[in-house]
Amino acid sequence: MKSEIISLQEVTFTYTEEEKNIRPAVDNVSFTIYEGEWVAIVGHNGSGKSTLARLMNGLLFPQKGTVRIFGETLNEQNLWETRSQMGMVFQNPDNQFVGATVQDDVAFALENNGIPFEEMVERVQQSIEKVNMSSFMNSEPHHLSGGQKQRVAIAGAIALQPRILLLDEATSMLDPQGREEVLSIVRKLREETDLTVISITHDLEEALLADRIIMMNQGEKYAVGSPEEIFLRGQELVDLGLDLPFAMNVSRLLRDQGIELVAEHMSEEELVNDLWTSHFNK
Amino acid sequence: MDITLQQVSYAYAKNTPFEKRALFDVNLDIPSGSYQAIIGHTGSGKSTVLQHLNALLKPTEGSIKIGDVLVKADQKNKHLRKVRQKVGIVFQFPEHQLFDETVLKDIMFGPMNFGVPAEEAKSRAIELSRLLGLPEEVLEKSPFDLSGGQMRRVAIAGVLAMNPEVLVLDEPTAGLDPRGRKEIMDLFYRLHQEKGLTTVLVTHSMEDAARYADRIAIMHDGKCVLEGTPQEIFENEERLLDYRLELPQCVKFQKKVEQMMGKKLPTICLTEEKLAEELARLMKEEREV
Amino acid sequence: MLEKMIFGRYIPGDSFIHRLDARAKLIFVFLFIAIVFIANSWITYGVLFVFTFLIIRMSKIRLYFLINGLKPVVILIIFTFLLHLIFTKEGSIIFEWKFIKIYEEGLRQGIFISIRFFVLVILTSILTLTTTPISITDALEALLNPLKKWKLPVHELALMMSISLRFIPTLMDETDKIMKAQMARGSDMTSGSIKERMNAIVPLLIPLFVSAFKRAEDLATAMEVRGYKGGEGRTRYRKLEWATRDTVILLTLVVLAVILLYFRQ
Repeated sequence: MKSEIISLQEVTFTYTEEEKNIRPAVDNVSFTIYEGEWVAIVGHNGSGKSTLARLMNGLLFPQKGTVRIFGETLNEQNLWETRSQMGMVFQNPDNQFVGATVQDDVAFALENNGIPFEEMVERVQQSIEKVNMSSFMNSEPHHLSGGQKQRVAIAGAIALQPRILLLDEATSMLDPQGREEVLSIVRKLREETDLTVISITHDLEEALLADRIIMMNQGEKYAVGSPEEIFLRGQELVDLGLDLPFAMNVSRLLRDQGIELVAEHMSEEELVNDLWTSHFNK
Repeated sequence: MDITLQQVSYAYAKNTPFEKRALFDVNLDIPSGSYQAIIGHTGSGKSTVLQHLNALLKPTEGSIKIGDVLVKADQKNKHLRKVRQKVGIVFQFPEHQLFDETVLKDIMFGPMNFGVPAEEAKSRAIELSRLLGLPEEVLEKSPFDLSGGQMRRVAIAGVLAMNPEVLVLDEPTAGLDPRGRKEIMDLFYRLHQEKGLTTVLVTHSMEDAARYADRIAIMHDGKCVLEGTPQEIFENEERLLDYRLELPQCVKFQKKVEQMMGKKLPTICLTEEKLAEELARLMKEEREV
Repeated sequence: MLEKMIFGRYIPGDSFIHRLDARAKLIFVFLFIAIVFIANSWITYGVLFVFTFLIIRMSKIRLYFLINGLKPVVILIIFTFLLHLIFTKEGSIIFEWKFIKIYEEGLRQGIFISIRFFVLVILTSILTLTTTPISITDALEALLNPLKKWKLPVHELALMMSISLRFIPTLMDETDKIMKAQMARGSDMTSGSIKERMNAIVPLLIPLFVSAFKRAEDLATAMEVRGYKGGEGRTRYRKLEWATRDTVILLTLVVLAVILLYFRQ
């Protein structure tokens, strides 16, 4: 049985400066994330998904409901301990680079947590290796691409050997190449360790990599399920401002053209096979 | 208004220890009324080309003809304002340029700089905010109180308000969610078709280039290495791979299907819709045989 | 224009000067500033001049780049030279044309002050050109550390400085981008009356401030999430190491001071 790592119970949050008649940014949301899972939280801009991230690491506290991490309710007392177990990567690659060079930046969280010098040197080295940035140890941030900066941010986040990695739209400002770099690093990390990954995103490709998807809409939890379950909702997702996987889009278009398919397919291979068996291979 | 780059080279910080060549001998022809995509990785020089298109940068060698103005290294800045009015640029994350008290004033900023009377600028702003789907009450708000998506639209309206003849777009949808992305791209395409607006799209996205552009130029290491219609460009998969670029998903899929059938479709399909249509036609033919 | 300035920038390299401990270089520059004022004659200024050229050679920075990059300062030096030339009225007149009279002492003072100015600018530039900003910050923090006793927030100041330095290139890029975006909208910062130019700066400054605040906010969040709670209980990743060459370079300064004192009038 998988053990719970994060659990939200009936969490509601409103940004205080806003008026009372505006809907809460997060409205009565409950879900549980288990150890070792990769969960994607998706939704259009303004659906409340980034607020969720901030609630999960204590940058914000809910007005109603509780956030439980590692079995304990998150509060002011266990906040710092929790944060040291949860690495986080933000959206803007420039605005989270604290150190003057790559290695300084990776060391930042280690310094904050009082890790002794020798161990620090070792961990910095290892973390940078894990994100394939070893040849850039002394580079300054403005000489790195967006994807490289985000990889450094990941190295900085995993240097403390956290149990959870939280990606808050970490790929949304990157070019396709940078996005691919970051995602392949996360995949690799998952293969090597039992890191729990929570990625907040509106990128379809990123969501497809997850074990489970939590879909947000207007501050409410709209749906939870495996990528297959979620994307089978088809038009519903499009109406909510999200994309469908390519193969699924083509399946739907083919149906509109009067071509019968066994199902709406998630992967290109399935679609090609279906076309082959039902239409050409006679 | 035609734009022609002739053997354009550019170096940043020339004659300092930090000198960096960004463009080498770039030739490119953007005829009036066309939709040109410029594709390349970060650092390929595509942003540098973009800044030449309305003379924000002047070539260190070579020249650019923008309409009837010829821009060269030693050109005086005076004549360049005329060019800037006719070539509007929507920069990446254009919402970063918003500054005025109200959305209305911000949209009017561009045209009024070029001497358009306030009344006229105001009516353009109102019309454009409608076109971009901004609710009317937004006009009197501060641009900093809007959502990210709305700020983007205001910034785009600010460029369109100058009534440019050429519209240059630098990754105009970066950071938007899928719906926002599609709405904005479709809008630009509509403007291109209805008003005959010459459009230059600078992008990483092969999909967008395939869907919208008449011609594609590929930039790599400061050089323009390929140029042609989308069909011509995508026929050449090996060369694209040399520049670490991939075919659009749709074309890739078409190749898979063609391989499976052992038969080619009559044309390279640039959109999913077109692909579905062609496949359907082919299947009907098969059935009839 | 900004991209041509080399003052305050770092050029990577591996010269003797590059390898010196940043603390040694900082102390060196401070002591040098004091020592420069010992000079008061042709010989002593000559010695200073030669010493400076030796340091330039040792740093392996090309003289051409140094002079080219320091052009704005050179103009300032020429200006000071002219001021002294025209306004010092001592000694015998060596040149006279209409109402302009140039005195011997004026020429002497002009040359001396220019050399003093020149060597100071060159040596401080060499400090920044051969030392990464982060090392300078670290060195400052180390040198100021004793002041912690008097409640000076040394760690916070050093962190502030290093973050500012880290964001300078980012903000410069940003300035360039916004300036170009506004120029593309017809704003003109380079011509017109002073009032017009002032007005043209507003569309640049406001977005720049908005973005700087946004960055500051994001950075603060990122720092908090990564466990930053101030200087207490922190360990340090960077260690400064004092080598023999650092002692040697400071000793050369002592020698220089002795020579200057000997030849002083």
